[in-house]
Amino acid sequence: MCLAVPGRILRRYEKDLALMAEVDFGGVLKEVCLQYIPDAALGDYVIVHVGFAIQRLDEASALETLANFANLGILEEEFGDGFTRAAKQAGAVEGVMR
Amino acid sequence: MKYLDEFSNPELAKRLLDSIHEIATRRWAIMEVCGGQTHTIIRHGIDQLLPDEVEMIHGPGCPVCVTPLEIIDKALAIAAMPGVIFCSFGDMLRVPGSSQDLFRIKSAGGDVRVVYSPLDALTLARENPDKQVVFFGIGFETTAPANAMTVYQAKRLGIGNFSLLVSHVLVPPAIAAIMESPECRVQGFLAAGHVCSVMGTAEYPMLAEKYRVPIVVTGFEPLDILAGIRRTVMQLEAGSHVVENAYPRAVTDQGNEPARAMLRDVFEVTDRTWRGIGMIPRSGWRLSEAYRDFDAEARFNVAGMHTDESSLCRSGEVLQGLIKPHECAAFGKECTPRNPLGATMVSSEGACAAYYLYRRLELTAVSHV
Ligand code: SF4
Repeated sequence: MCLAVPGRILRRYEKDLALMAEVDFGGVLKEVCLQYIPDAALGDYVIVHVGFAIQRLDEASALETLANFANLGILEEEFGDGFTRAAKQAGAVEGVMR
Repeated sequence: MKYLDEFSNPELAKRLLDSIHEIATRRWAIMEVCGGQTHTIIRHGIDQLLPDEVEMIHGPGCPVCVTPLEIIDKALAIAAMPGVIFCSFGDMLRVPGSSQDLFRIKSAGGDVRVVYSPLDALTLARENPDKQVVFFGIGFETTAPANAMTVYQAKRLGIGNFSLLVSHVLVPPAIAAIMESPECRVQGFLAAGHVCSVMGTAEYPMLAEKYRVPIVVTGFEPLDILAGIRRTVMQLEAGSHVVENAYPRAVTDQGNEPARAMLRDVFEVTDRTWRGIGMIPRSGWRLSEAYRDFDAEARFNVAGMHTDESSLCRSGEVLQGLIKPHECAAFGKECTPRNPLGATMVSSEGACAAYYLYRRLELTAVSHV
């Protein structure tokens, strides 16, 4: 849960009085809160943790990190389904405990 | 050097490693505070590539692991209540409470949801006005701004059926507690990069000075970690103990000012018990007076829980770097990710989980000799 993943801002908009963005994480699109990096512009890369941009990142570093994470299966871990993962770990079948 | 080709830039990795081998002349013990860094170190075998002189000690920086058992039991009690939607990060699902975990509560019919962002829990609260929606707000300084913003939004938008079960912890008091321990062997720290992305570096020079330890702000990728270790060893060899930033692409001295302002508004510092470690003074955050209405502990009246910790589990010692996971007799035997005795075996930042995932085969091979 402590992972922070770089992503690129595709769209900025306001929702519930808060500044939000659609962010592209190497092909996975997520809604991200931009309140903490309010001046990040379209096309900028930001480091996102649990749906919040916490810092900016330059493009080259961001792309390198994303490529690493994709290789190591970390993106899948971060954006995959938590219950499926927990069920697998528990050795349960289709989410049902034995 | 079987792992070196798994680095994104093996040549740079080799250069950093060669340099560490060259400068290390004495034995040094360096703690990486953050569990995410522990996983990178074990996954890539960085500890095995380092010279014998340099030992990596794994620290307490796994928020799921240090969340006190009492709070876990409270979470489980709330999640089992009818009319409650209990939201959490996925890491929490299999963390053992005294007799249950969230995953089992869900299997038994409890409405437990895994969310990506705490704001998703707020959306659920709005969509389910007849339900109580609770978010399990744990984490270090990296995660706290997200939870703070969510409570702030709940108040601002008047979403009264939302509450936060808060158990936030802070890195600097943990560093102090580790250094104060009589058994402490740590001589230098890799500080967690993303904690500093939020908080900046201002809290660390005092610690570096007081305990005469180098503190190097370090990122999470294998090369970042090698760079952080190298800087720490250089300081140790030179007898210096200052704060350095080896992760400048994501960390500035002042951190994230809007996030820190939000944290000051929504939270206040409190004493906090760390699972397996005990109480560390002023080592956590709770909701400030202005947001106390959103405190799930008060709303659901779950005081006075009787907790029951596994007598075999030595995760407290693991979290303080006093033993390595495989030195626990239950490791890989009574305790596996399938049947965890401690949170460190199931959290994605837990040291026991890292050793089980990446080292199980070689460790059991060694123990058969
Ligand atoms: S191996 Fe299991 S029982 Fe031993 S310290 Fe780790 S979590 Fe606890």
